[in-house]
Amino acid sequence: MATSTPTSTGTVAPSGAKGHFPPFAKETFASQILWLVIVFVALYLLMSRVALPRVGSILAARKARIEGDLAAAEKLKADSDAAIAAYEKALSDARARAQALANEVQAKQAAAAEENRKALEAQLNVRIAEAEKSIAATRTAAMANVTSIAAEAATAIVERLIGTAPAGATVEAAVAEALKR
Amino acid sequence: MAADPIHQFEIKNLFSLGHVGGQEIAFTNSTLFMLIAFAIITALMIGATASRALVPGRMQAVAEMSYEFIATTLRSSAGTEGMKFFPLVFTLFMFIVTLNMIGIVPYTFTVTSHIIITVMLSMLVFLTVIVYGFWKNGLRFFKLFVPSGIPIYILPLVTLIEVMSFLSRPISHSVRLFANMLAGHITLKVFGSFVTMLGGLGLVGWIGAVLPLSLTVALTALELLVAFLQAYVFTILTCIYLNDSIHPGH
Repeated sequence: MATSTPTSTGTVAPSGAKGHFPPFAKETFASQILWLVIVFVALYLLMSRVALPRVGSILAARKARIEGDLAAAEKLKADSDAAIAAYEKALSDARARAQALANEVQAKQAAAAEENRKALEAQLNVRIAEAEKSIAATRTAAMANVTSIAAEAATAIVERLIGTAPAGATVEAAVAEALKR
Repeated sequence: MAADPIHQFEIKNLFSLGHVGGQEIAFTNSTLFMLIAFAIITALMIGATASRALVPGRMQAVAEMSYEFIATTLRSSAGTEGMKFFPLVFTLFMFIVTLNMIGIVPYTFTVTSHIIITVMLSMLVFLTVIVYGFWKNGLRFFKLFVPSGIPIYILPLVTLIEVMSFLSRPISHSVRLFANMLAGHITLKVFGSFVTMLGGLGLVGWIGAVLPLSLTVALTALELLVAFLQAYVFTILTCIYLNDSIHPGH
């Protein structure tokens, strides 16, 4: 197909291109195959022995690093969550304890106040009873005094009116009758 | 010379190394660009990862992205067992994509626009599939050609079709890459020549050259996509073929 050697600087005329199509120029095949084999094999060895293991290890190292960091972050997050939960629990415990304490104190104070009140009431009741008793006694005494005063006054009145003193018993009976009305 | 769109595919001997069995062995422009691609890939995959930085720099990030891109592609089509072919698939992808990308740069040579290169690469895949398929599965590898659940009366026909499609794989595999590279570069060259031809006609030509120039720019962007896409297509087909050798029963 091709007659010109590959060393020729190229057929310029378009008519020359008809019989000379470089991709089908068989005399160049040997060189191309030889160099292709050499370059491709060298490239294959370089890639499979050096480049790809290296890139693979870089990617694996990065993946491991990222996963490690993510795991650490997750652990830290769990830790902080636990700390928050513990804090919340402590807070609610303290709050409950304070509430209980306040309730207890209040109850105690209420009981003490009730007791005081009862004691005071009892004391007052005693005094009221005493006072009532003394009032009754005073009244009785006063009533007795009133009877004797009235008897004396009635004796004196009768003595002035009629000139003679009536008998004490009669006067007392009359006074008692009058007081009853 | 500028008008010949085929000229860019010329293999030029930079210096001859001698003759073996009547064939000339030479250091050619194709060799040079293979070595350039080799240097670029090595610099990217080994030079840029030398620091093994935990937080990657730009180039290390590109290296890691290439690694993960190919690893994901291979794992999704050939499974975890397919990962034993990872170095092969990775080398294929990086080699082809780098050669394709270099080819976009003006005045460079596109190694993958030569069918002998793409045939060699696809034969490498084809033979790997056959050798590994028989080594791993023994005669069960033939199950690949006998799909299960097919009625017996059309089974011979289906098997024939499967065998034909299997045997034509290296052809389509290699020609797809070769033809895409070749056609794209020829198209670019043709539109580029229009610009220079019209530019030679004076002011009117300059105005007329705007259209092919803008088309050249657009085509360059398209070729950039094609360069990547064809390397990816080659790679993913490699993954699918390798999957057949690992799991021959459909």
